[in-house]
Order: sequence, then structure tokens, then C-alpha cells
Amino acid sequence: MKSPASTPAYTLNHPRWYRKRVSTYWWLQRWEYLRFVLREVSSVFVAFFVVTTLVQLYGLSRGPEAYAGFQNWLKNPFVIALNVVSFFFVVFHSITWFSLSARAMVVRIGGKRVPGALISGSNYAAWLVVSAVIAWFLLRG
Amino acid sequence: MEAKPSQLRLEPLLWILFSAGGVVAAFLIPVHLFLQGIAFPLGWARTPDYTTTTALVAHPLVRLYLFVLCSVPLFHFAHRIRYTLYDGLQIKHLNEVIAVCCYGSAVLGTLVAGFLLWNIH
Repeated sequence: MKSPASTPAYTLNHPRWYRKRVSTYWWLQRWEYLRFVLREVSSVFVAFFVVTTLVQLYGLSRGPEAYAGFQNWLKNPFVIALNVVSFFFVVFHSITWFSLSARAMVVRIGGKRVPGALISGSNYAAWLVVSAVIAWFLLRG
Repeated sequence: MEAKPSQLRLEPLLWILFSAGGVVAAFLIPVHLFLQGIAFPLGWARTPDYTTTTALVAHPLVRLYLFVLCSVPLFHFAHRIRYTLYDGLQIKHLNEVIAVCCYGSAVLGTLVAGFLLWNIH
């Protein structure tokens, strides 16, 4: 080992941080991790719904034949199966989002924190009302 | 650590869009998806016909609603997929490319939604 006096232009030691290698498939190791990834993946089905809606609007703008064509496409068994899967993922998103908002939102009334169950409960109630209103608009036609 | 000024201004906006999209998706999409994708095609309920649907979409508030329904959930999607690719699959070297692709597709979808809803009659 050389002494610093003999080598004035010495280089500093830069130790690399020790990091344990994490497997690419770490999220398959525990149910909690998998649930987290499934929650994130639900956004793919959200995007799929948006794309379907955009195609529907395109069909609507093109005229009655194009719109009927879109409705027929929706009747394809594979599309129905895909929509059923999408529906479960989107509901999973709703449930996780509402339970998340109970933790993220700190509401205080009279100096006391409103319990999370009340916040997520009111979210569920609002969800029910909003869904009923939308269903009424779409079903009365 | 020095942060780029563009990142400083954009990150909070992207976070707000993610959050707003999450709320919109949670409250509105399940009922739409259930009726449009399952109940109507399977004949559990009568599908609204072309004339009623066009009459409904003709209303400016319905168009605004549909615009919000289509645009913010796309930013929600973009944000989640960006970080899933980052943390989940640990694709860290393509961070910028992924971010541009994710948010870019959300912007594109928003533009398409705006264009379609503006031109529908």
C-alpha cells in the first residue's frame, strides 16, 4: 500500500452501495405483492374501456350502420368474455380505491378523526347512487 | 440532487391527473362497463338505439361528461403502468422512453376524444 505522501494525486474510495438483487418476479412471491400488481394492472382494463368508448363514439359519428356494426362487435363471445374480465378488474380498482381513500383522507370533525370505515362507507354509498343515476340515463331510452 | 425544472413543474400535475382519473374510473366505469359490455350484448336490457344515443350525446353536458370519462382515466392508466414497469418489472434504464410513451398515449387519447366529441352531431 502506497502512502498518501508518495502519491499526492490519489483517488478517493467510492464504495458501491450493497444492494440485494431483487428478482424480476418478486411480485409473485406473496399474495400481498400479487394483489398490488393486480391493482396496478386493473388500469389496463380501464384503458381498454376508454378505447372501446372511443370506438363507439367513432361509430356514432359515422352513422347508424357503423354504430350497428359496433354493437354487433360487442356481441362477439370473446369480446363479452374480455368485458367480463375487465368488469372484475374495474370493480377491484373501485374497491381498492375506496379503501385507499379512507387511509389517504384525514377528515376531522370536532377535533376527532372520522373513522376510515365511515369514509369508505360514504364512498360506497356515493358509488351506488352515481351508478344508479347513470343506469337510469342509459336504460330509459 | 439537482432536479430538472421541467420535472418539477410536471410531476404534481401528473399526480393530480392520476388521482382524478382514479376517482373517475372508480365511480363511473363499472356501471358503464357492466351495461355496455355485458348487459346489453347479452340481452339483459334493451340496448339504446342509434337515435336515442345521438340525442343523448347531442347535449353539451353529456359530451363534457364523456370527455372527462375518456381523458382522465387514461392519465390514471399511464401513471400506473409507468410505475409498474419501473418497480414491477424493474425496467429502469428506459424510464424516459416509458414515461413519454405512457403519457403520450394518454394525451393522444384525450385529443381523439375531444375531436370525436367536438365533431359529433
